[in-house]
This record gives sequence, structure tokens and C-alpha cells, in this order.
Amino acid sequence: MTKAPEKPTPVPKPDQQVGSQPRPIIEAENFAQPPKRKGRTKRLHSGSEIVPTETIAGQALMFVIAIMSFLACLTLGTVTIINQTAHDWQSDISREVTIQIRPFDNVEMDKAVREASKIALGFEGISKVIALNDDAAAKLLEPWLGTGLNIEELPVPKLLTVTIESDAKPDFEAMREALKVNVPGSSLDDHRAWVDRLNTMAWAMVMVGISIFSLVMAATILTVIFATRGAMDSNRNVVEVLHFVGADAGFISNEFQQHFLKLGLKGAASGGAAATLLFIALGLWSSASIGTPQADQIKALFGTFSLGLSGYIGIIIVLVLIAFLTALTTRITVHRYVNSLYSYNSGGK
Amino acid sequence: MIKFENVGLRYGLGPEVLSDLTFQIKPNSMQFLTGPSGAGKTSLLRLMLMSLRPTRGLVTVFGKDAASITPEQLPAIRRKIGVVFQDFRLLDHLTTYENVALPLRVRGSSESSYRSDVTDLLGWVGLGERMHVLPPVLSGGEKQRVAIARALIDQPDILLADEPTGNVDPPLARRLMRLFLELHRSGTAVILATHDLGLMDQFNARRLVLNQGRLQIYD
Ligand SMILES: Nc1ncnc2c1ncn2[C@@H]1O[C@H](COP(=O)(O)OP(=O)(O)O)[C@@H](O)[C@H]1O
Ligand SMILES: [Mg+2]
Repeated sequence: MTKAPEKPTPVPKPDQQVGSQPRPIIEAENFAQPPKRKGRTKRLHSGSEIVPTETIAGQALMFVIAIMSFLACLTLGTVTIINQTAHDWQSDISREVTIQIRPFDNVEMDKAVREASKIALGFEGISKVIALNDDAAAKLLEPWLGTGLNIEELPVPKLLTVTIESDAKPDFEAMREALKVNVPGSSLDDHRAWVDRLNTMAWAMVMVGISIFSLVMAATILTVIFATRGAMDSNRNVVEVLHFVGADAGFISNEFQQHFLKLGLKGAASGGAAATLLFIALGLWSSASIGTPQADQIKALFGTFSLGLSGYIGIIIVLVLIAFLTALTTRITVHRYVNSLYSYNSGGK
Repeated sequence: MIKFENVGLRYGLGPEVLSDLTFQIKPNSMQFLTGPSGAGKTSLLRLMLMSLRPTRGLVTVFGKDAASITPEQLPAIRRKIGVVFQDFRLLDHLTTYENVALPLRVRGSSESSYRSDVTDLLGWVGLGERMHVLPPVLSGGEKQRVAIARALIDQPDILLADEPTGNVDPPLARRLMRLFLELHRSGTAVILATHDLGLMDQFNARRLVLNQGRLQIYD
């Protein structure tokens, strides 16, 4: 030390030490204090976090999280739409049943139709019965049989549409029985088979959606585990030093977790935003192209593309879940790593 | 405070680096650990720090069998032990000031509570003007003093220092020695590994001498 002349200074006493008495650390005469320079402010802080963030493959990880979030939101949105559409179909279908009366040799059709509507109306929860008149039936058959037919000459079954009051559950079994006994050749179709099939299909789609969703989540978690391990390995020196100066696993994992939570939030937000924009664009497109055959077909299959409030809330929940899982995965991975480092039993190395 | 009973150490399948060590480090004691290069000084310090597990024998630290200490208990014990590594182990992306403050930071102390302690200590080791620089800019001797300051900042019960005067010229080495003596006087048990006989001769303290894996003690 050749910097400044040694001059005795009073023994400094750090006053708020833990423990009993303040312990002077050194006789200050041992070290010369270089004269204080004035007018220059030097920062004591590097501005770095304890775990240097540049060493973490942040960009790539954030991108992966964004893609995964996008896929998760897409799956969730699609499942929501399918579920909603299936539900709409189902309630439409189950608000109506059909009575079909096949022509019998010795049965007068008009009388049979009247008899059948009387029976149907006799049940509770039926709001109206409409017989499809001959013109309507002819129209219905036109694509197959051409125009100008006299429908009365053909053995075409009569159809009666029975509308059910909303929320009512008429006893279809009893109705079917009554019709069978009183109107020969009649049958009641409550579309149960359709509804069942529709339910099965919707359920299958939801299951597929849930599987895809789970796979995406699992892939996200695995990616985060690898990224965390990579970050720990490239910061092994930092982790070891922290551990030697007395940091516990919680402190160390906080340092990493903060960083990964940020990455997770950013990635999830951008992926979710992309998915939301996609749904909004599809919704706009489908409402703009209403009337074109493609749009009608798509509408018939998927309803409108509108996600609805619940869909968007779902997306937000998914995003929070992804960010949270990212942070949690990091925490668990770091804890494991640090504990293995702390483990005295790991042997000489 | 630290007790070794018939401790032996070998790395992998190699020869025994340390054999049959039996000794005790008493509270508030001062000792040199010496021996030629490669004698096992660093290994012995690592055994005391519990960063290495002995191949045989019993290590007791603060009255606890080291083998029975769980990962959850370890940080609390580490906080009572200050270490100066032979290769310093400073964090290159943090300033000198932040490096020295690190032990307090991991204990959850707030910056306002330790700021003046850290700057004072850095002044005392002659680094008052180097507080704001990153370690790669420091000379070997300066790094060494940062490492020492970091080990002392929380006034540990035990100080393990591995060749802490290895990179400085003799006058500075003597100053640093005074620092350790002062620390010892204020209640810390100090273990200094060094092969600098000249330095040891200037200070009267217990000597643990390692030679060919065996330990001889001169009180
Ligand atoms: N991690 C290690 N793996 C294998 N051998 C080691 C390791 N560390 C030290 N050794 C060996 O142990 C012996 C003692 O080394 P060390 O404790 O560093 O001695 P000192 O600090 O006294 O110079 C040396 O022969 C060295 O080669
Ligand atoms: Mg050594």
C-alpha cells in the first residue's frame, strides 16, 4: 500500500452487530484510508441480480412458453366452442319430437293425424302439434322426386312436429305406448339416438382437447425443468458461493424463480394474446361472410366462433396457470438441485 | 467447536490424502494450518466446512455429528463459519461492495442496516476506492482482500482461510495477519492455512502441521 501516508484513525466500532458486544474488527492504523475524492458519484451497485440473468436462455424459453400457451389457449377455445355448439344443438333438438304415421291399408290418414295430435296434446308439457301439410311434404321431397307430384297418391308418411314447452319433460314412453295402441303405423321419434350420439361426440372431442391440453402442459413443464437445470449448471459457481455464504434453498430458488416467473408471464401473455386475436379474427370473418355457403356450413358445425366471456376467462386462467407452473417448476427444480448440493452425504468430489 | 476423530480422506480410489486425524478447534482459538503444497490443507479445510465427507472417522461441528446434519440445517451452520477460498470465489458480475455484502443479503438483512458496516470494512482492508468495481478489474491481492472482507463481514464464530496471504506482498500480508488476530481477539476461532513459514514465525500461535497425510500439533 503506497497510496497515502499512514495516519492513525480511531478504532471504528460497528454498533448494530448481532450478538453481545460490538466487536472491533481491525486496528485501523493498519490501513491507510485514501483521501476521499469529491464530486464523483460512483455506484456501489452493479445493477445485476445475484443470479446473472444474461446467462439464462431467456429468449428461447420465453418463445417456447409463448408457443405452448398459444396451443393451450387454442385447445381450450376450441373445446369451449365445441361444447357450446353441442349444447345448443342438443337443446334445439330436444325441444321437438316427431310423430311419424306410415300409411296403413285400411287407415284413413287424416283421422290418424287428428287422433295422434289429440293424444300428443293430452300430455303435459306439450305446447303445440303441427302436422306437415302436403305442400310442405312435397317441398321436402322435391329434391328426390321432382316437382308437380300429387303427394296424396304416394304412400308418403305423415309427419307431426310436437313442440315441447321449455323445461318440460313429457313422458315420451307413455306417449309412444298410447300412440302405438291408438294409431296403427305411428311411431314417435324423440331424437334420443341423435342426442346420445351428439353427446358422445362432444364428450370425445372434449377428452381429446383435455389430452392435448395436458400434453402441452407437460411439455411446458419439462421445457422449464430443462431450462432451469441449464440455468443452474451455467450458474453453478454462483449457487455454490451463495451456499457457502449461508444462503438457504429458499433464498436461492427465489432468485431463479423471480426470473422464470417473469419469463413465464411474458411468454404466456404473448401466446395468449395471439390465440385471443386469432379467435377474434375468426369471429369477425365468420360474421362478415355470413350467407356464403362455406360460412353457413362452418356455422352449422361450430356455431359462431365467438368464445364468449367464459372462453376468455378460461384463457386468462390458463395463462396464469402456465406462469405459475413455470415458477413452481423452477422452485422445485432449484430446491432439488440445491439440496443435492447441500447434501453432505453426496461424498467427496 | 470442531472435533476430528480418526478422520481419513481419500479421493475416489486414490491414496489416502489425510489419515488418522484427531484434533480439536477450540472457541476463540488461533491456529496456523501448514505443510507443503499438496499436503492436504485445502482438503482439511473442506472437511471442516462440510463440503467434503471423510472416508472414515468422525467430524463434529458445533457439537453435531457432521454426518447427521440435514440439508435444511446446513445453511444455519454455514452462517457461523466464514471462509476465504484459495481461489477467492468472488461473483464477477457483482461489485466489490455487493460481493462483501452478500452474506448479509442472504441472511435477509436490509441494505440500510449493513451499508455502513460494509463500506467501513472495505475501507479497513484498503479497498475504499475499489468498492464500485467488478472483481475482474481487481488485482490478485485486491481480490484476496475482498474475499477476506466477505468472510469477516458477519463476524463468524469460525474463520477458515485458505492461503489468505498468498497473493500479497509481505507488508500487506502482515497487515492482513493483524486483521485476523484482531478478529481472533474479538472472539472468533481462526484457522489459517499457509505455507509461508516467514509469516508464521512472526506470530505466535498454535500450529497444525500436515505432512504426508499425518498431522502434528505444536501448541
Ligand atoms: N478434487 C480432487 N480430486 C482428486 N484429488 C484431489 C482433489 N483435490 C485435491 N486432491 C489431491 O489431494 C492432495 C491434497 O490436495 P490439497 O488439499 O489441495 O493440498 P494443499 O491445499 O495442501 O496444497 C493432492 O495430492 C491433490 O492432488
Ligand atoms: Mg490448497
